[in-house]
Amino acid sequence: MTQRTEDSSKRTWRPRRKESAIHGLFLLNGVLVVAVLLGIFLLLVVTSIPAFREIGLREFLGNTNWNPTSFVRPSYGILAMLVSTFMVTLGALAIAVPLGIGTAAYLSEVASRRVREIAKPVVEILAGIPSVVIGFLGIVLVGPAIARLFHLPNGLNAINGSILLAIMALPTIVSLTEDALRSVPRSYEEASLALGATRWQTLIRVKIPAASSGTTAACMLGMGRAIGETMTVLMATGCAPAMPTSFLDSVRTMTATIAIELGEVPYNTTHYYALFTVGLVLFIITFIVNMVSDVVLRKYQKVSR
Amino acid sequence: MNTRKLSEKLGFAMLAACMLIVTLLLAVILFDIASKGAGRISWGFLSEMPRNGMTEGGILPAIVGTFLVTLITAVLAIPLGMGCAIYLNEYATDNQPTRIIRMAIRNLSGVPSIVYGLFGVVLFVQLIHLGTCVLASGLTLGLMTLPWTITASEEALKTVPNSYREGALALGATKWQAIRTNVLPYAVPGMLTGTILGLARAAGETAPILFTGAAFFLPFLPSSPLDQFMALPYHLYVMSTQHHAITLVRPIAYGTALVLVVLVFAMNLAAIILRYRLRMTRSE
Repeated sequence: MTQRTEDSSKRTWRPRRKESAIHGLFLLNGVLVVAVLLGIFLLLVVTSIPAFREIGLREFLGNTNWNPTSFVRPSYGILAMLVSTFMVTLGALAIAVPLGIGTAAYLSEVASRRVREIAKPVVEILAGIPSVVIGFLGIVLVGPAIARLFHLPNGLNAINGSILLAIMALPTIVSLTEDALRSVPRSYEEASLALGATRWQTLIRVKIPAASSGTTAACMLGMGRAIGETMTVLMATGCAPAMPTSFLDSVRTMTATIAIELGEVPYNTTHYYALFTVGLVLFIITFIVNMVSDVVLRKYQKVSR
Repeated sequence: MNTRKLSEKLGFAMLAACMLIVTLLLAVILFDIASKGAGRISWGFLSEMPRNGMTEGGILPAIVGTFLVTLITAVLAIPLGMGCAIYLNEYATDNQPTRIIRMAIRNLSGVPSIVYGLFGVVLFVQLIHLGTCVLASGLTLGLMTLPWTITASEEALKTVPNSYREGALALGATKWQAIRTNVLPYAVPGMLTGTILGLARAAGETAPILFTGAAFFLPFLPSSPLDQFMALPYHLYVMSTQHHAITLVRPIAYGTALVLVVLVFAMNLAAIILRYRLRMTRSE
């Protein structure tokens, strides 16, 4: 690119050298950033290898029992926390997806300009609340409410985590779904209205289906956020490391397990490496979720253009 | 005809109810923290050390710690993130490697914060031998913020019309001169907006600093980047789950939560005002 501009204009040697130095500097910067970011993945893999060697993939993925500190026989099965993570996440999506799409549809279809000016910051402020604060509210507000509702000794369980994660995933889902609804071509809407459909029918039958890939991507990104969220689930789900049987059970997700145990484990032990393997599994899951949503999003941008 | 009108009314009412629920959620969150935290806030709470096993006194070291760690995050993330965005948007040709780099950056912005924490432990604490300290935490948070900074900065660069660049190049400016005089002045406010939003998120994060430097309790302020530190989000976590007398220190936890929320909102507000003023100057 620089080559072309330099050739087309006659320039002295000095600025050209300065130009390529600046170009090189930015290139170096870009390479450095990418190298560091890819290094995260490599370092995780390298640190996980000893765990795979000592534990074995079958025990790791197949065993439901996670008890690395046992004196008799330590066990390293992540199945229970894998199930817990997905349970809490799916619970969160069951709340956040309908609520988020409804809110987004309201913002893009129903709200007047002035209402929107007030309502949009609501979503942005919600996105700005730190996760540890949401977790704290899970302990002091949501927990006691759940305990009273279901007559439990305490409300620190999976459903509490789901409610909090729904709050955390909402802003992502709302803003991306709104973008998707907005990018549906006007002609679709006009054609539907011209055929005599009401605005509600147009929204339900035309606009939401037309925006479906954007909405899907939005929900998947929200899901990615919920899977990787640490502090809220650490504080609000009770963290009992057993296979959950219902939403009223106390559960312990993968993120919470790392957060609880990494602080106490000595460096470079099997237990330490096993926690990195949990991190690697987490990384791979969120990477796949983000990747799929990215592909879906690109596809819909190509179609709507 | 009437049933169609009715179903439209009902449907739109349902959507409005969704919006109302979301608004109520936010209102309840903010009201609870503000009403129960405000009573605790005083000059002493903000300027004193914790005393008596953290059951009395203030949260000064946590405030200072969060400030320091965010500063280190900014020093790492702002120049690197903006530089990378300038490279991607202005210099890189749109080919397969560039597209892969962009995709990697987008995906890395979705990597869980605790995974960045793991990375920080291996790289900064162990491999580079920084030990657990402010610097290690700040660098970890900086790496976590990078993808957000790059994406936001690139968005800002994209909004500068190509004709600005072409105009400068046509007058004989070099590439860098064109970027410096005709692109950056228009893009920098937008880049800063995105960066500040990223920093606000980093300031409220707990998971990446859990194992890289945050301390349960310190009776002194960090005096060098290699000291451990207390941070507001970690302090809130400690006060609400780890303390030996949790119900006794609940008011302190509420006070800490309020200070943290106000701090994060102040940063968000700064970014929003910056964006608003930018929009005003654009539309003139």
